Amino acid sequence: MSNPANLKYTVSHEWVKSEADGTITVGITQHAQELLGDMVFVESPEIGRKLKAKEECAVVESVKAAASIYAPVSGVVTGFNDGLTNEPEKINADPFGAWIFKMKPDNAADVAALMDAAAYQKHVDSEAH
Amino acid sequence: MTLQTTPLNAAHRAMGAKMVDFGGWDMPLHYGSQLEEHNQVRTDAGMFDVSHMRVVDFRGEGVRDFLRYLLANNVDKLQSTGKALYSCMLNPEGGVIDDLIVYFINDTMFRMVVNAGTAEKDIAWMKEQAATHAPKLEIKPRLELAMIAVQGPKATERLWNAMPGLRNLAENLKPFSAVELGTMFVARTGYTGEDGFEIMLPTQAAPFFWESLSKAGVKPIGLGARDTLRLEAGMNLYGHDMDETINPLEAGLAWTVDLKSERDFIGKAALLANPPARKLAGLVLQDRGVMRDHQVIKSSHGDGEITSGSFSPTLNQSIALARIPVAVQVGDTVQVVVRDKLLNAKVVKYPFVRNGKSLV
Repeated sequence: MSNPANLKYTVSHEWVKSEADGTITVGITQHAQELLGDMVFVESPEIGRKLKAKEECAVVESVKAAASIYAPVSGVVTGFNDGLTNEPEKINADPFGAWIFKMKPDNAADVAALMDAAAYQKHVDSEAH
Repeated sequence: MTLQTTPLNAAHRAMGAKMVDFGGWDMPLHYGSQLEEHNQVRTDAGMFDVSHMRVVDFRGEGVRDFLRYLLANNVDKLQSTGKALYSCMLNPEGGVIDDLIVYFINDTMFRMVVNAGTAEKDIAWMKEQAATHAPKLEIKPRLELAMIAVQGPKATERLWNAMPGLRNLAENLKPFSAVELGTMFVARTGYTGEDGFEIMLPTQAAPFFWESLSKAGVKPIGLGARDTLRLEAGMNLYGHDMDETINPLEAGLAWTVDLKSERDFIGKAALLANPPARKLAGLVLQDRGVMRDHQVIKSSHGDGEITSGSFSPTLNQSIALARIPVAVQVGDTVQVVVRDKLLNAKVVKYPFVRNGKSLV
């Protein structure tokens, strides 16, 4: 599965999608879900929480391990994906569709400055060596 | 360092395994989904490559007397050919050097299966003890043997389909006993809480046997599911639930230690002198989340620690084995420190799952 070109990416393997209303949705990449394996638990950040870029703000747990999710940019949490509470395995089935939380960035330019799909793929390849 | 490989390494890769470094061995973690593999063993049949575990044969006069002294469980419980016994091997302080299975073959031969990661130190220790207590005893690691476990409610049926020749001799094997069939050694043992067999065979025969099992509908199972299966079955894992600093009485293994007979064994004096302050207990998480190894347990009687924690696919919630103060009772609620939160967990009797059914 290739990394969709319309998304932005972080070094900690989150993807970021810009929505029409100026918010962003955040999930974890195909590469991240593959490393973690079968998901069994998602802990989302509370709505209204102010986040700094790279702050630890959510947790996904697979059968194998727990992994932290980091805020891709600074901003405020505006929502989380309720559907993952009972079906965390959606992250495995559709990583780029199963968003985990939504936030309103402080600066839209911070989102634009994140990696694009090609740069992220280079990052993944470099970690493999 | 080059990883050690089993004779099934190519077969694992051909089946799409995600391979990992497991204590120096290149082993399959899963073949796609750990959860599906777990459920496969609980509902049908799965096969595990456990060739990294070490078979050690003991031959010579006085072998029984030596093992009576070497092991915490009493090999005198083994009186018929093929009978198996689970035991710890202790150091003089009562700490667990390894846990193992020992098989009685005849008056001058016993067979042992020890853990992969501890095999070298085990053999060094056994040879050192034999040098003073049974100098003529032969202690022979059987590196030319592979081992495949077939486990699950349909394990027997599928095994007979794969290897019709095994059926006659292995069909009536009682749990925890084994039979030799030519170059094969078939034991009704396992590490999953399900019926099944562990089969030792020459390394060159292992790929064909694996392939035959696969054709009979037995799915390959990786180390990931092996761990959740054994945890649900309430079976200890060496290096997690006990090690050289923990004695078996603190690891839920009092049932494997024979303190009643007059027999002396290595570690006995230490066990008698030090009544345990802690015990191993089962935990079922009441809140959402997953318990993991080394998380701290808070109780009204003091702190404890999770020794094996994971998500239980059968119970669909998190379970754990934890070392806690002896005063904590089954039915009590304790708190688990998970990141910055305190989550509630109930203390239960384990095993959690046996033969596919929840026991908690």
